Amino acid sequence: MSSDASVPVLATRLKRPSITGGIAMLLLVGLVALLVKEFAVSPSQFVQITLIGFTLGCVYALVALGYTLVYGILELINFAHGDVFMLGGMFTITYATSFFNLHQGQGWVIVPIVFATLLLSMLSCGLINAAIELVAYRPLRSAPRLAPLITAIGMSFIIEDVGLAWKGPNYVTAPDVFPHSNVFAFRGVSYAWNHLLVVLITLPVLLALSYLVQRTRQGKAMRATAQDKDAAAIMGINVNRTISFTFLIAGALAGAAGLLYSLWTTTVRYDQGFQLGLIAFTAAVFGGIGNLPGAVLGAILIGLIQAWNEGLPWHMPGSDWTESIVFSILILILVFRPEGLLGERTPEGG
Amino acid sequence: MTADVGLRNQLRTQWRALPELQRFGITAAAEVVLALLLYFLDHSLGYGVLTVAAVYWIFKLPPLPWRAAAQGALLVPFLVSALTHAFTGARSLLLALAIGFAASWIPKRHRGWAMPLLALVLAVLYPFYQSGMFTMPLFGVFPDVATGVYMLVFVMMAVGLNIVVGYAGLLDLGYVAFYATGAYTAAWFASLQFPHVTWHLGAIGIDPNLPGIHVTIWALLLLAGVITALFGIVIGLPTLRLRGDYLAIVTLGFGEILPQIARNGDNLFGQNITNGPNGITPIDSIGFGHHLSSWTGGFLPANYLQCCSAKVFGHQIQGTDVFFWTAIALLLFTVFCSLRLQYSRLGRAWIAIREDETAAAAMGIPLMRTKTWAYASGAFFGGIAGAYYATFKSATFPGDFFFNISVFILCMVILGGMGNIWGVIVGGAFLAYLNQEGLANTGAWINSNIHVGSHHPNLDVPLYASGIYGVIILIVMLFRPEGLIPSRRRAAELHEGVHDEPEYSVEHAGAVG
Repeated sequence: MSSDASVPVLATRLKRPSITGGIAMLLLVGLVALLVKEFAVSPSQFVQITLIGFTLGCVYALVALGYTLVYGILELINFAHGDVFMLGGMFTITYATSFFNLHQGQGWVIVPIVFATLLLSMLSCGLINAAIELVAYRPLRSAPRLAPLITAIGMSFIIEDVGLAWKGPNYVTAPDVFPHSNVFAFRGVSYAWNHLLVVLITLPVLLALSYLVQRTRQGKAMRATAQDKDAAAIMGINVNRTISFTFLIAGALAGAAGLLYSLWTTTVRYDQGFQLGLIAFTAAVFGGIGNLPGAVLGAILIGLIQAWNEGLPWHMPGSDWTESIVFSILILILVFRPEGLLGERTPEGG
Repeated sequence: MTADVGLRNQLRTQWRALPELQRFGITAAAEVVLALLLYFLDHSLGYGVLTVAAVYWIFKLPPLPWRAAAQGALLVPFLVSALTHAFTGARSLLLALAIGFAASWIPKRHRGWAMPLLALVLAVLYPFYQSGMFTMPLFGVFPDVATGVYMLVFVMMAVGLNIVVGYAGLLDLGYVAFYATGAYTAAWFASLQFPHVTWHLGAIGIDPNLPGIHVTIWALLLLAGVITALFGIVIGLPTLRLRGDYLAIVTLGFGEILPQIARNGDNLFGQNITNGPNGITPIDSIGFGHHLSSWTGGFLPANYLQCCSAKVFGHQIQGTDVFFWTAIALLLFTVFCSLRLQYSRLGRAWIAIREDETAAAAMGIPLMRTKTWAYASGAFFGGIAGAYYATFKSATFPGDFFFNISVFILCMVILGGMGNIWGVIVGGAFLAYLNQEGLANTGAWINSNIHVGSHHPNLDVPLYASGIYGVIILIVMLFRPEGLIPSRRRAAELHEGVHDEPEYSVEHAGAVG
C-alpha cells in the first residue's frame, strides 16, 4: 500500500497507448448516438424508460454495495449475497403479511408498517449474512483464495434451497401497497409513486451507509481492516468482529433491497436472487469493486442499460438478451478495465 | 507447515494422542451405536453399517494369519452360497465382498495397475450383473445401465474440468459452456437442423436422401472436441491473464451467455441456428455401419439404436449397453490423456503455475500459453462428453446447460479431490449417480422410513439437489479441502496455505485510485 510502489504503475498506466480505450470510446459514442436517436424518435417514452431504469438502478445499487463492501474488506466475491437479497424479499413478505397484516388500500398506516418491515428485514438479512461469514468464510481465512470462493458458491446454492423449502417453487406475491398514482405527468411522461418510493427509501439508506463508513468509529475500523488486517489488529481493532460487522451491514443492505424489490414488483421467487445478484455484482465491478460511489454509479448505469434494452422499441435486442448484455459488459470490463470506471479501492474512499 | 490450524487439525492431534486400544474401542463402540440406531430406522441400513465396519476392522487385525482366518471365515460360506445358488439379491453382496477381500490381497507394489484394471473389468461387466445386484441400504437398487452412461459422461467432464481446476488451479465456473458447445456441434452436424443443405458423410441408419447435414458421430466426437478446444482458446486468450476470482467470474459470465444464445438462437439475425427452447432433436444414431459390422462378425454393432440380437451369459445385449461400453472407451481415452498430461512437461508447468504463478513465470514458464493449453485440454474432453451425451439422448436442449451443471461438475472435482484423477472419477461417479437416481431413491427411503410420531415427511429430495451439492461443497471445503482421495501435493498446498498473490495487485490500483 506504500505510495512509492504505486508510482511505476501510475506511470505505465498514463503512458499506455490505449487501443482498447479507443475502441471503447467508439462503442460508447455509437451507444450515445443510438440513444440520442431514440430520444429524437419518441422523447416521452425515452424519458419514461430512463426513469424506470434509474429506479431499477437504485435497487441494484443496494445489492451492489453489499458485494463491494465485502470485497473491499476480504477480497472475496460473496456469491451468496444475491440469495440473501432473495431471502430479504421473502422476509418482507412474511413480516408484512403475517405480522402486520399489510394489504392493499390501508391508507397512511402503511408508512410505519413498511418502515418497521424494512428494519426487521434488514436485521434478519444482516444476521444471516454475518452467520454465513462465520460458517463458510471465517474458517478459511488463511486458505488459498479460491477456497472461500468455492464455499461461497456452495452457500449460495444452500440459501437458494432454503428459500425453495420455505416458500416453494412458485412465485410468492407481496401485497401491492405502494400507490400507483402519478407523482407527475408531463407531456406524456409520468412517474408513479411506487417507482419514486423505491428511490426515496434508497437514498436515506445510502446516506446512512456513507455516514457509517466515513464518520463513525466502526467505519474507521472497517476502513483500517480493509487496508491491512495485521496492522489493524496491532492497533487494537478486533478484525474478526469488524468483518462480521461488515457482513451485517452488507446483509442489511440486501434486506432493504429485498423489501424494495418485492414491494415494487410484488413477486419474489427462490431463484431470483442469484441472477439479480450477478447483475448487481456486474454493477459493482463496472463502477470499480471495493469503491462505494462506484458501486452506486455502476448500478444506475446497469439499471439504465437494462431498461433501455427492454423498453425501447428501436434496434434494441430486447429482454431475451438482457443477461447476455449485462454479462458481456462484465466480461469486457474485467478484460479491458478490471479496475472499473472509478477505480478499484478499499472503502477508505467512502 | 503449521500443524494445528483449524478445529479439524486440533481434534485430530488430540485424537492421535490417545492410546491405540482406546481409539479402537471408541470407534468400534461408536459404530455399534450407529448401527443400532440405524437398525431401528431400517434393518438393512443397520446391517449395512455393521458389514462395512466389519470389513474395515478385518483389515486392521494386525497379524496376518488372524486376518486371513477372519476373511476366510467370512468368505468361504459366502462364496460357496453365492456360486451354487442363483445369482441374485443378498448373495451378490457376498460376491462383492469376496472381490473386495481378494483385491485387498494384491501386493502393494502391484496395486497401481491391478486396482484400476479390476475396476475396469467390473465396470465393463456391469450390464451383465446389474440386474442381479443386491439392494443397497438408503440408496436402493443399483443404477441401471442408462444411468451408467450418464455417470460415465459426467465423470469424463469432471476429468476434463480437473485439468483446468485441479492441475492448473484455474477456477472455471462456466464449464457447462464447453459441454453445450460439444452437444450443439453434434446436433448441428447430425440432424435435420439445416434442411436446405443436404450433405451425408458416413451417417448410419438414415435415408440417404434425407435433408440436413449428417456426418458420422465418430468424426463428430473429434470435431466437437476440436471446436470446443478452439472455443476454449478464444475464451481463454483475453481472460486468462485475470487473477483467480475474476477469471471465475468471467467464465461464469460465458457460462450464462452461452445458454441464452442457445435459447434465443431460433431467431438469430433471422436465422434459426439452435431451434430455441425446443432444442435440436432427433440426432442421428451412432454405429459402425454394415461393412465393419459384418466384417467383425457382428461384434461391432451397425447401429446402436437397433442393437442387438446377441445374447451373452443369458443377458440380452441392448443399445444402452453398447452406449455404456463406448462411454467406457471414451473415458479410458480421457483418463489416459489426462494421466499422460499430468506427468508431461506441460502438466508440470500447470502445477508450477498453480503453486506459485510468479515463481513459475520467473523459471521461464510462459504463463499465457500454458494456461491456454489447460483451458483447451479441459475444453476438448468437455466437448467430446457433450457430443456423446447429446447422441445418447438423441437431443440437446438449452435447459441442459444451466449454471448449476457447472457447479455440479465442479462439486465432483472438489468432492473427489482436486488434482487426483482417481478421486475425481469416484466423486464424479457418485454425484452423477446421486443426481440421476440416488437422490430420488434416498428420498423415497426417507419418506417411508423416517417418521415423527405417525407423521411421514413428504420430501421431494431431488428438488433440493443443488442445495445438497452446496452442502457437500461447503463440508468438503471446510473439513477436507483436498477431497476424498487427495492428491498429496494438492493437500499440502491447501493445508499450508499457498502464497498465491496475483499478478495484478489490488493494492497498487488502490493507491492510484
